[in-house]
Amino acid sequence: MATERRFDLSSPLSQLHSNEQVKHDSRYLRGTLQDSFADGITGSIDETDTLLTKFFGIYQQDDRDLRDERRRSKLEPDYQFMVRVRMPGGVCTAAQWLALDKLATEYTSGSLRLTTRQTFQFHGIRKNNLRRHIQGIVASGLDTIAACGDDNRNVICTANPLLSAAHAEVSETARQLGAHLLPRTGAYREIFLQQDGEVPAGTQEEPLYGPTYLPRKFKIALAVPPQNDIDVFAHDLGFIAIVVNGSIVGYNVTVGGGMGMTHKAAATFPRLGDIVGFCSPQDVIAVAEQTMCIQRDYGDRKDRAHARFKYTIDDRGTDWFRDELAQRVGKTLQPARAFHFETSGDRFGWHQGQDRRWHYTLFVENGRVSDFPGRSVQSGLRAIAAMHGSLFALTTNQNVTIAGVAAADKPAIDALLREHGIANDANGTALRQHSIACVAFPTCGLAMAESERYLPKLLDQLDVVIREAGLERERISIRMSGCPNGCSRPYVAEIGLVGKAPGKYNLYLGASASGDRLNALHRENIGEQQILDTLRPLLFDYAKHRQSGESFGDFLVRTAVVRAMRAGRDFQKEPA
Amino acid sequence: MMEPSNETDTAAWAVTPLPPTLAAEARQLIARLDQGQRLWLSGFLAGASNRTAPLSSAPGQPKQSAVTILYGSQSGNSERLAQRIGAALTQRGVAFTSLDMIDCRKNHLEEARAVLMVVSTHGEGDPPDRALPLHELLHGRKAPKLSHLKYSVLALGDSSYERYCETGRQFDARLAALGAERLHERVDCDVDFDAAAQRWIDAVVGQVAKSYTTSSAFESIETGIASRPMASVSNAYTRKNPFHAPVLSNQRLTARHSSKDVRHIELSLEGSSIHYEPGDAIGVVPANRSSDVNALLNALRFDPELPVQVEERSVPLREALTDRYDIGLVNKGLLSRYAAAITVDSLTELLRPERADELRPYLHGRHLIDIVREHPSVGLEAAAFIQILRPLAPRLYSIASSQRATPDEAHLTVSLVQYQSLGLDRVGVVSGQLSDLTAEDALAPIYLHRNPNFRLPAERERPVIMIGPGTGVAPFRSFLAEREAVGATSRNWLFFGDRSFNADFLYQTDWLDWRKRGILQRIDAAFSRDSAEKFYVQHRMHERGQELFNWLEDGASLYVCGDAEYMAPDVHRALLDIIVRHGARSQDDAAEYLVQLQRERRYQRDVY
Repeated sequence: MATERRFDLSSPLSQLHSNEQVKHDSRYLRGTLQDSFADGITGSIDETDTLLTKFFGIYQQDDRDLRDERRRSKLEPDYQFMVRVRMPGGVCTAAQWLALDKLATEYTSGSLRLTTRQTFQFHGIRKNNLRRHIQGIVASGLDTIAACGDDNRNVICTANPLLSAAHAEVSETARQLGAHLLPRTGAYREIFLQQDGEVPAGTQEEPLYGPTYLPRKFKIALAVPPQNDIDVFAHDLGFIAIVVNGSIVGYNVTVGGGMGMTHKAAATFPRLGDIVGFCSPQDVIAVAEQTMCIQRDYGDRKDRAHARFKYTIDDRGTDWFRDELAQRVGKTLQPARAFHFETSGDRFGWHQGQDRRWHYTLFVENGRVSDFPGRSVQSGLRAIAAMHGSLFALTTNQNVTIAGVAAADKPAIDALLREHGIANDANGTALRQHSIACVAFPTCGLAMAESERYLPKLLDQLDVVIREAGLERERISIRMSGCPNGCSRPYVAEIGLVGKAPGKYNLYLGASASGDRLNALHRENIGEQQILDTLRPLLFDYAKHRQSGESFGDFLVRTAVVRAMRAGRDFQKEPA
Repeated sequence: MMEPSNETDTAAWAVTPLPPTLAAEARQLIARLDQGQRLWLSGFLAGASNRTAPLSSAPGQPKQSAVTILYGSQSGNSERLAQRIGAALTQRGVAFTSLDMIDCRKNHLEEARAVLMVVSTHGEGDPPDRALPLHELLHGRKAPKLSHLKYSVLALGDSSYERYCETGRQFDARLAALGAERLHERVDCDVDFDAAAQRWIDAVVGQVAKSYTTSSAFESIETGIASRPMASVSNAYTRKNPFHAPVLSNQRLTARHSSKDVRHIELSLEGSSIHYEPGDAIGVVPANRSSDVNALLNALRFDPELPVQVEERSVPLREALTDRYDIGLVNKGLLSRYAAAITVDSLTELLRPERADELRPYLHGRHLIDIVREHPSVGLEAAAFIQILRPLAPRLYSIASSQRATPDEAHLTVSLVQYQSLGLDRVGVVSGQLSDLTAEDALAPIYLHRNPNFRLPAERERPVIMIGPGTGVAPFRSFLAEREAVGATSRNWLFFGDRSFNADFLYQTDWLDWRKRGILQRIDAAFSRDSAEKFYVQHRMHERGQELFNWLEDGASLYVCGDAEYMAPDVHRALLDIIVRHGARSQDDAAEYLVQLQRERRYQRDVY
């Protein structure tokens, strides 16, 4: 089948986005980073170097609260770096937890963040501490490679490998995928680890990626039904484990999911992945590698707002993809198997795994591991890590599971949770427990509105409505993003709030509770009072008129408050 | 300072073709120049007389076309549209300058004839980051008059926001308010801006093409700019007869968490005829704080209105204590005079030579008010009291601007002195006075203080090394602005130091801009409180010793400004060490090397 090529890897660099030239000229991401770090006059790095550090999980940011004040003072922005850890499947040992916690207090503003990509994120690292910080992470046995950038990002999977044999296998597959698709450039070692050792001449440094890497980021997720905590349809490539009698017989494959869009640009949209077939466990790595390579070769490298795999799939269709993949892997995907998802949320509190060990999933509001008055999340988890010594499993809903606890140790952990005021609040609403917010202000350069600093306050008000309506136990998902790029996966939330300007959000409603239907725009550019005024009657209506077992999102669609959003490409279009 | 030898000149002046008033001004000006400056001036005039083109208002600045495209972009749309406008203008044969708003300075607007502006709005009606400085300039007190200017605005926005295209509206209204004439109504574009923008482009480009296509029109406009009257050079202001300079800006330079409060103060010299050179200082006429004066008057129980004689004039006591006398820190002399005047035994005792070790800590941080409160001035008359006081000294601040770069302005870098002693908050007289000048109509009483021994080299090609930690960096901001304005071609190297990189890097963005523009080739900075080990400028000099020596060998002039007690001697020692080490010289030869530099006026210091 002849495939028309347009502004992809086959085009000359001069016709493509300037980032492609930057990547190409960077000598496998080295750029002028050494000079940038040697420059003591600015806390920033060279502008093109900022593109390169992303491939190593490092994002240059500045405190936007101070930007204007410092400009007037003739001081440069308060430059600082965000560092993301690569931690496939979200698993770390207690020793690693303690090591990262120590790095957070040494080199950052103090706290740790649990991200929606099942990993840790540090904020506020100064340029002169950055390499020491990275070296500390690597010393703990983790790294930060490809945690950002145009590459395969941290591979995520349904949380907690200790829950069952299937969970363990999926977690191991996530680890292998991460390792297989890892960029291999020596730049990380030379520049960040400051280790000697030349790359031998003639070595192909990036056999998989080539000198220009991918058109944009590429995200892989693996789910173990009935949990869809990782929102498998929201990623470029998804694998849904088909578990028969406790063991994984293979995976349904989904392609073309993704969240980001640009407000008012109808050609950009969130999209849910299409299920394109089934593959055996042995073929997962080949399918993943070849899918990524298809995107490497065919993804749009001219328009970065159209460069995600979802647009390649939407433009070319799934039949084209299946053929292309079959050609490259040497076999055809089998027909997809039946599966069932119940929720995209986490299972909170104590629960028992297959091997009778216990696991406690702790609600961490917005993933912010810090000490608050009366709620010492950071000290509490540090104490548990020091005592417990087993595994921590991060969830993509910004929570953490203390995994593999013997029945005898439960009381001690309970005591620490109580002592630090962080045990899951039995009186808290399920709405809050199912809330996610991205970081946004003051550090994220993309934020248009507050998110992490604001959602808890909005929830204080929504909780009142929820209790009045008697819905405090209903697991309604609410997610806020400070910009339409959607790091908190707001477009698959039953209540999605996406920032437009300070204090103003678009309100999206009507996604399913299990992550297989997008929400739809309900109100545009509204402030807090309008958000509350809009949701209040809907929640009361839902409390009164819902059918048995009906989720809030399904109810709003059934009662035609919003349309059922069937396809991403309709997301930013007026309904016909 | 060298004085002109009047006798030899007299004959020449007798036959000057200049009219008498101009001749007098010229003689005054020449009298104030040192040898190097005169040499430069003679060369400059010789060259200028050979030129056919008029002198441009800002030498060293790129020549600007009559039509300027100004864009303020957040996401890049405005910038892309600016390119499209440029293409359209080129097609019609119109020369133009395209400028990012962040790079637009006052003189660009003053020199432009027509401005085509494209600007977006973001957030709730805010200008893009890169448009903010221009937005502030136009809406501030330093906004230029723009009656010579024609313009039109293309505003980008998103109609789902309440304050749609707000930034474009504001610029449009403001340009009109400043006297500019719309050549086409503003067009507001929504997110699908293409068609509306194209219609605006077609319209304005058509209009502009009519007026600015031929090169003759272009030329005549440029000559028009150059024929500005030269400012007079007479300058009669003194401490007793100061110029009351409007304060244009009083901006804190240190970050909010800094341990220091350093201000950047911009003064208007408009109408003053003050003409300064880089290296000169501004004298500020001091005045004690009224709260301090009142407290003292209360403690003394004197009538504030009581007339007292000061320099053969009768003034009310309050005025004398405010303007004439130092009522701050007490020294041994003042204490002795006060003790003698009121005959207090305990003070007289304390002043005995054998108790010198006790006296020093006693005087530390003690102000006149403290002494008066502790030992009331019983029986002392006001007239006698003021006799024992010291005169209030003015404070000199090195000017941190260049008149060639920012005409009619003088910038000062003022570190606010504030400390606690004896449980009271104390503020430095002049620094406090200046930092209080925040009102719209604030005036600073100033006069020019020349500093002929701190002068840039006359030769534009001579490299310059500047060492100025803390507020000592002020004259170097003037130096760089000057060197840029006159188009000096040589290399410049700055050493700066302070406490914290993040909080105390004075004028950081100015240095970064100059570095980016190739004016400042090298800059090294040392911060003393960022790490366990304290780094000062001399450490950075040592690190770069070889290169620094090479610069000196290449003929560089070296300047040191700032603290005289520790920094200047440390820097001097570092220089000696560097010359010994990298110049392979003995200690004595290194010392001679530095003396020779001083003789050649290539090692100049302004330390205090």
